[in-house]
Amino acid sequence: MNAIEAHGTYKVFGKRPAAGVARLKAGATREELREDGLTAAVIDASFEVREGEIFVVMGLSGSGKSTLIRMVNGLWAPTAGELTVCGEDIVKMNDKQLRTARREKVSMVFQHFALLPHRTVGENAAYGLQLKGVNRAERERSATEALAMVGLEGWEGSLPEQLSGGMRQRVGLARALAAGTDIMLMDEAFSALDPLIKREMQDQLVELQSKLGKTILFITHDLNEAMRLGDRIAMMRDGRIVQNGTAEEILNEPANEFVAQFVQDVDRTRVLTARSVMTIPAAGDGRLLGQPVAGTVAAVDADTRLSEVLGACADCEGDLAVVDSRRRLVGVLSRATLLQALGQLAADAAHDASADPASDTTPMEVTAR
Amino acid sequence: MSAVEFVNVPRIPVGDWFEGVFDWVTANLEWLFDAFSTVIDVAVEGLVTALDAPGAVLMALIFALLALLVSGWRIAAVALVGLLLVIGMDQWATAMETLALVLVSTVVAVVIGIPLGVLAARSDRTSKVVRPALDLMQTMPAFVWLVPVVFLFGIGYVPGVVATIIFAVAPGVRLTELGIRNVDAEVVEAAQAFGATPRQTLFGVQLPLAMPTIMAGINQVIMLALSMAVIAGLVGARGLGGEVTAAIATGDLGLAFEAGLAVVILAVYLDRVTAALGQGGHLGRFRRKAKSDVGEVAADENQPDGSEDLVTASDVHTKIGA
Ligand SMILES: Nc1ncnc2c1ncn2[C@@H]1O[C@H](COP(=O)(O)OP(=O)(O)O)[C@@H](O)[C@H]1O
Ligand SMILES: [Mg+2]
Repeated sequence: MNAIEAHGTYKVFGKRPAAGVARLKAGATREELREDGLTAAVIDASFEVREGEIFVVMGLSGSGKSTLIRMVNGLWAPTAGELTVCGEDIVKMNDKQLRTARREKVSMVFQHFALLPHRTVGENAAYGLQLKGVNRAERERSATEALAMVGLEGWEGSLPEQLSGGMRQRVGLARALAAGTDIMLMDEAFSALDPLIKREMQDQLVELQSKLGKTILFITHDLNEAMRLGDRIAMMRDGRIVQNGTAEEILNEPANEFVAQFVQDVDRTRVLTARSVMTIPAAGDGRLLGQPVAGTVAAVDADTRLSEVLGACADCEGDLAVVDSRRRLVGVLSRATLLQALGQLAADAAHDASADPASDTTPMEVTAR
Repeated sequence: MSAVEFVNVPRIPVGDWFEGVFDWVTANLEWLFDAFSTVIDVAVEGLVTALDAPGAVLMALIFALLALLVSGWRIAAVALVGLLLVIGMDQWATAMETLALVLVSTVVAVVIGIPLGVLAARSDRTSKVVRPALDLMQTMPAFVWLVPVVFLFGIGYVPGVVATIIFAVAPGVRLTELGIRNVDAEVVEAAQAFGATPRQTLFGVQLPLAMPTIMAGINQVIMLALSMAVIAGLVGARGLGGEVTAAIATGDLGLAFEAGLAVVILAVYLDRVTAALGQGGHLGRFRRKAKSDVGEVAADENQPDGSEDLVTASDVHTKIGA
């Protein structure tokens, strides 16, 4: 079962929004609606978030990302379309059912942390549980546990104002973890942090997610962040989802010029993995596939980024074994293949740049033509 | 000659209409006003008795002690001198009558004003109705509605309290609305996102965070109530206002000055103490306490060199990343 599913979901702000949806379906543009005072924030969004994955929604400011996430936890009702969370139709729920869904199923992490300034770190972390009616002893225990998970043990008694930005967002993360929901929504959760802290938080999130198996719907306007975190990424633009796929798919087969322009500057060696450039041994050697690889053999995980493979490759004599998480062979990577792949990436990038005559054109304008 | 001067505007009997409504109200709702009168009268009389009970000097000391607790020794010392001066001017009993009137009016104004402010903050439509009503209550000259108030409630404390409430309620409503509307929208959304009911959001998030603004509103309510309580002397609400009225009637300049000075002393005292409550009230005191209890210890342990982000970040890295 998918954790979240949206089919043809719309959100229009303004007077008589349903009429706006009808006009959009009949082919009206977002701009035409805007002239009549309607804002089409989300248009015909369809996607599914699988259980236990990090699904990133990426788009520029104003593209409708926050609106989308607020529909998922029912803060705003979709104007049209379907939306299910854990198999339950969120559109049909009344206020009480929505509150129950928020307490039991989806928690959220906010861009500016949104902690309660008059409550201690411990009380903030326990907030979701308090709303659920969990007794004090138990919620303090869970809060302490969640705070320890994000590296804030011993800070329970402090007030948020005594913490730095990065630490405050850890409290925000702990609050969502302590709530014990399967789904976590994160709206630009790391966007307000310094680059260094941001990296730490991203690593920590991936770590926590692989340990706890949470389903995470992560929103960002930062493509590198999207590529780092996302198992799959939905690219959003002017209210529409323009492409939906893995980081590699989006890099290698951009759905349109907008996406292509957008991903142009991404450092591909940080996104592409060993799996995407390795060779799969054919015929005779093929029988080795799936066999365990000895510890003495130089090997890299198939999901290792190329930027990290380079180091390993420089250190080893011959070919690198590419292995899965249980150290069974899935492919081989020779220096030659690696260099060839890098050369190809560089050539692609040069081609992209020269193919665009007006290189100062923004992605927006390109697709508008 | 312009055509405009030929237009004959008929006499519009607004006054008659008002009297009609007023007559209906007195005829049909008299029981309600009687009940209200009784409650207010008992409250004010009771409070006056209580304030008089310990004797003037002891009571002045108690007030000074209160000032010491909430706003520090400097204000407490000034308060004590001022209050002793009031006793020396023979205005203590009347000052306590005025204080009782102000406190009862303030309590009623706050009980009406805060919920009204909450409603106005939650609904733009309510806000649009409430605002002009408040403007009307504040800008209509006090003497105009003193007349109907006397008709309804007679002479004494009660019309004074009612007139004072009408005059003083506005900032309580306005600043409550302002305070709640200014609470960080993301924090309110966070409460909702974790499944808080509107009630839990109001009492757990909006009111606590709006408290400094609401306290500033209450401070203003008290100040307005005090200024109105003096005018209330005209309708027989004794106290310092009564003294001023009597002094005007007899041309007693000295008495008018002494009563006026007592009002000023009362005003300064109430302002300083409630302002201090507003800043250091609920939220501030809580913060200071939490800081001194735990914060400093935690800070000492975890931030040896002050670069808290880097230190904890690497802490985390060694714990989780490795
Ligand atoms: N409550 C609202 N009323 C009207 N328009 C809104 C509201 N919230 C958002 N919008 C509009 O919807 C569009 C998408 O906003 P948002 O979802 O916040 O985008 P993003 O999070 O991607 O920056 C914007 O044009 C914004 O102005
Ligand atoms: Mg946003």
